[in-house]
Amino acid sequence: MIHQYKLLGYNIILDVASGAVHATDEVCYEMIRIIDEGGYQDMLELAEVRSKVTGAVRELFPRSDGLTDADLDECYDDVKALVSAGKLFAPDTFEPIAGKLKEKTGGVVKALCLHIAHTCNLNCSYCFASQGKYNGERAVMSFEVGKRALDFLIENSGTRRNLEVDFFGGEPLMNFDVVKRLVAYAREIEGKYNKNFRFTLTTNGVLIDDDVIEFANKEMSNVVLSLDGRREIHDKFRVDYQGRGSFDRIVPKFQRLVRERGGKNYYMRGTFTHRNPDFLEDIKAMLDLGFRELSMEPVVCAKGDEGELTEEDFPIVCEQYERLAELMRERDKAGDPFTFYHYMIDLTGGPCIYKRISGCGSDTEYMAVTPWGDLYPCHQFVGDEKFKLGDVFSGVSNTAVREEFASCNVYAREECRDCWARLYCSGGCAANAYHATGSVKGVYEYGCRLFRKRMECAVALAVARMLEDNEGADK
Amino acid sequence: MERIKTIETRKLCEGNGGCGECQTSCQSACKTSCGIANQACENTAEKESK
Repeated sequence: MIHQYKLLGYNIILDVASGAVHATDEVCYEMIRIIDEGGYQDMLELAEVRSKVTGAVRELFPRSDGLTDADLDECYDDVKALVSAGKLFAPDTFEPIAGKLKEKTGGVVKALCLHIAHTCNLNCSYCFASQGKYNGERAVMSFEVGKRALDFLIENSGTRRNLEVDFFGGEPLMNFDVVKRLVAYAREIEGKYNKNFRFTLTTNGVLIDDDVIEFANKEMSNVVLSLDGRREIHDKFRVDYQGRGSFDRIVPKFQRLVRERGGKNYYMRGTFTHRNPDFLEDIKAMLDLGFRELSMEPVVCAKGDEGELTEEDFPIVCEQYERLAELMRERDKAGDPFTFYHYMIDLTGGPCIYKRISGCGSDTEYMAVTPWGDLYPCHQFVGDEKFKLGDVFSGVSNTAVREEFASCNVYAREECRDCWARLYCSGGCAANAYHATGSVKGVYEYGCRLFRKRMECAVALAVARMLEDNEGADK
Repeated sequence: MERIKTIETRKLCEGNGGCGECQTSCQSACKTSCGIANQACENTAEKESK
């Protein structure tokens, strides 16, 4: 299976199963399309097929274009060589190994999302966590529960050395003292067990002060700072309990934290909704504020919510993704680049095939822990009792849910089999699927369409960077 | 004339993958719309053998 599209001035061919990426001229692009549509990829040796394909291309490009028959034959031979080399129309032979990684690493947990505070000092109406309460009571995690969670992680991490812990909420800084004590505890024990804890803090910024900045910049591998971009957009949703916007209170704090962090290992993370499908303006607002590591996520909310993205928003969002890729290329060339989380695709060093077909890791290697120590498949399932897996004291007891998630892989969803992006998303988000369809093995189609657009942009940007930077000149 | 340029990519069909040292999908910035394409491989043994 291939996927072909045009973006950033390039004609791009993705070979799904091999992961190969090709940039072509118009002639080759059309030739590959004709081969694909005619189903000729396994018959390229036949003279009759050569004649049919080159003839069809000739109809599109008359001789007056300067294209000779020898040119067409040469192009055909190049395509044929790539097919023989397994870089074009490669068969997907991975299904038998789908699930092997999960089987091999069954019971090994390597990441926890600690819900350190089920409460929040902001009252954002679009919050999937219902203002931090996850449809439950307000609560904060005690040091004892957090300590037990870290012990649980170590006990269940097998030979994994890198252990990831996210301090999440609600607003984790509302329980900052416990965050600090847990990090101190982890540092105390990691050497003994030959582990390396990597912490992430996600915060709305309201409680950031000197102490938080010093601590976060010393101990957090990554900080995720919530900002929706333009002041008027941010202050529409991200308000306190008096209804006041938080933009002016948090931006100077974020700027100081990032500056003192050396501008590295953070994300300025925004959410866009029906109110701002033109989210590129929010990206630009973040850039104007001096931030360079950015993420804007489509809202995840209940059906019918005022922020829900609509069908009318879809083309606008797609256009924004394209313009974002163009802006990034412009900024590259101007010597002031920035990062967009979803476009950070590493074509040469990205995930292995096992990772690509195994699914997201929720419930198997990644779990969320509530303030009471209950375990859930991920942070987006917290509060939905039927997904409760067990707790950090006695471990996982809900084997039915565990088995359901363990069987989630890229081949578990019929819709993914025909999707060119399946090895870039690995089957997508189980929580989004569940909320959209009622099944963790369902498909959140709107999210899939956005994901495919992001991948087209990400790959095109990578192609532009690799080709233009390698040539040392612009096209 | 070169009509097709192949970009250097990781060969999905090769490698001793599956060490599991990489991040789980929904960490870092995302939390709501995960994929795996933007994650780094952390298989140090495989990297060293390249």
